Order: sequence, then structure tokens, then C-alpha cells
Amino acid sequence: MEIKILGTGCTNCKNLEKATFNAVAELNLNANVSKVEDIQQIMSYGIMRTPALVVDEKVIMSGRVPSVNEIKDLLVKSQQ
Amino acid sequence: MKTNSIKLEFNRQHALLLLLPVWFLLYHCLQPLTNLIIDKLLRLPSGSHLTESLRFFIFEVPKVLMLLTLIIFIVGIIRTYFSPERTRKALEGKSLFTGNVLAASLGIVTPFCSCSAIPLFLGFVESGIPLGVTFSFLIAAPMINEVAIVLLFGLFGWKTALIYVLTGLFIAITAGWVIGRLRLEKWVEDWVFNMKSGQHLEEERLTFSVRVDRGFEAVKEIVGKVWLYVMIGIAVGAGVHGYVPQDFMASFMGKSAWYSVPLSVIIGIPLYSNAAGIIPIVSALIEKGAALGTSLAFMMSVIGLSLPEMIILRKVLKLPLIFTFVGVVGTGILFVGFLFNLIF
Repeated sequence: MEIKILGTGCTNCKNLEKATFNAVAELNLNANVSKVEDIQQIMSYGIMRTPALVVDEKVIMSGRVPSVNEIKDLLVKSQQ
Repeated sequence: MKTNSIKLEFNRQHALLLLLPVWFLLYHCLQPLTNLIIDKLLRLPSGSHLTESLRFFIFEVPKVLMLLTLIIFIVGIIRTYFSPERTRKALEGKSLFTGNVLAASLGIVTPFCSCSAIPLFLGFVESGIPLGVTFSFLIAAPMINEVAIVLLFGLFGWKTALIYVLTGLFIAITAGWVIGRLRLEKWVEDWVFNMKSGQHLEEERLTFSVRVDRGFEAVKEIVGKVWLYVMIGIAVGAGVHGYVPQDFMASFMGKSAWYSVPLSVIIGIPLYSNAAGIIPIVSALIEKGAALGTSLAFMMSVIGLSLPEMIILRKVLKLPLIFTFVGVVGTGILFVGFLFNLIF
């Protein structure tokens, strides 16, 4: 699974990245986590709030930093 | 696992119902509690500089933090009903003036953080919302926020809070309208208009208990960020309250000094602080004779116009547009400052 974190490098983006790494580790997922910092690329996902979480090219969350547990739920849901 | 999470939600909502009366009780006991601590427990001599500074600090800090917690919680729930995507939809196809009024008003309730200013700006422009309407939003959103309103209400009273909101709206509407009339699209970076976003997001459907959770999240995030500024701001304010002589500020921030308004705006623009840090200090300055108009102008330029936001916006706007933006908003703030010095 391909996970992307969209954000231009603000504190919240870094917090989301950290939380996502933890969620992936706790779920023992075989996932590739990468960051997208280029604003034009970020906009191509149609979001208006950063940071955002993208799984396999689909936006599953934007505009907040959910808890690790919520990210785990979101990741599991996105695979169903 | 499912039953567990439902149980947890019930507990949270119950806790909330219990917390509200406790909040009100505590809030109303703050003044007598403060006096009890200062006069009976610490036995400080009433009327001395140190005592009055300390009394101010011990009373104002919990009061402002309690107000912030309650209001941010409520606003956090309300904000789940407004998203930038929804605001954009509401603004599409609106005529210039109506669009400006709507954009400025929605700017107050739509969730906004200056780090999201760019995606928001691009999202608006991309769906054809005029530049002037977009600016009305971008001016109102940071200037009129719940933290500023709570602090103004807590430290100045509801009249000043209302004046701040109404004049802030006035500035956002007229400045956006002026920028719209000037037709400055040529000063937006060229790539902005060629940009196409691939997908449009579908709205989240939330249950009320999720919205309540978002309210808690907002409290954790915002109060967690501003409490230190509140403490420092009130500590400085307490020092001014206790030690600075009465009418000390009248000579250079008073009504008679006409230059004080433009000076406050010029000092306020590069000065970067959030509402939580600056408002308690200004409230103490007013007490020492600073004029309301001058103080309003100072707060608005500190909170509404900030250097970091300009630097972020430089990615999508050419310099002349940024200067025009600062100039138009600054003029609006000057006007408000002079007007209120004249009335009060």
C-alpha cells in the first residue's frame, strides 16, 4: 500500500507524518510512506486544507492531525 | 472492541454534562477565590503595586483560560459543519459585493490556519471565485477568530468584542471589494490560473459524537498552543496594571496624539504575535490611558497582517499585489482607528 502525506512542511504536517509512521508500525503494514511537499502536486489531489493523508492515490483525510488510533482505523477502512 | 468504543463515547458525553455546571460555578467563584488567596492566605497588604499585580494575574489567567476552553470547544463543534470545500461552493457564482460580504462572514467560522492559506487560495481561484472575494476571506479568517473574540470579551467586555468583530468585517469586505475593483489578476503568479485539480473530495458525514470529539481535539490543539502566550501576555499586563502610573499611556497612545494611530499600524504589521499574547497587554495599556481607536488599530494590524503570512502568500502572489493587499488593509485599519478615537 502506498501512503502519502501532503503538506508544505508546517508543524501539523510533521505531526501527521510521525503519527502515520506509528500507525503503520502498530498495524504491521507493508506500506510505503512518502511526503509530498510540492504545492502544485498537493493541489492535484483537490484538497483545500493541509495536512492530508492519501492512500493509494485516494484522499482519506485532510485538515487535521488525527490520533494514532484514528489513523489506524482510517488505514484499515481504506483497505476494505 | 466495538462495544468498548461506544461505552467510551457515552462516558465522554456524560462527563461533559457534569463538567458544564462545575465550569459555571468555578467561573463565578474566581473573584472571591482570588481575594481569599491574596488577602487571607498570603496576607498581602492591599493596594500595594505587587499585591494588585498579583491579584490581576491570579484572577485573569484562570478566567481567560476557562473562557477559551469553553468557547473553543463550542466553536470546534460548530466548525465541523463548515469546511473550506463547503464555503467555496457557497461563494461560487456570487456577484462582487454579495460575494465579499459572504466571504468575510464565512471567514469567521470556516476552519483556517495560516499554513493552509495557499491551498485555500488556490482552491478558491481554481473554481473561479474572484480575487477580491478570495481576499475578503483571507483578511477576515485570521483577523476575526475565536481566540481574539474570547480575549476581547474576557478582558474588555462584550461591547469591545462586538466592535472588533464588526469593524474587522467592515475592513475585510471593503478591502476585498477594492482589490476586486482594481483588477489585479495580472499580479497573481501565472501558474496559478493554469492549475487543474484532479479530484473533488466528497463531504465527510459525521455523527454528533464525532463532532463532540472534534470539539475536544480543538481545545487540546488550540489551548495547548496558546496557554503560554496567555500567561505571558497577562503577566506583562499585570505588571503594567500594578506598576505603570495612571494616564501614563495618554501622552503617546492617547486621543490627542493623532500620529499614534498610523504609528501603531506601522509597528503592528511586522510585529508577529497571536491574539492571545497581544490582547492582555493592550487591555492594560487602555487602562493606563491609551485610546480605544489606537489600541484597536494596533491589535488589528498585529493579528490581521503578519509577516509570515505575507511570506507564505508570496508563493502565489507577486510582490506588487502583496504590497497592495497590505496597503489596502492598513488603510482600512487606520480608518477604524481614527473613527473610534473620534467617537469615544
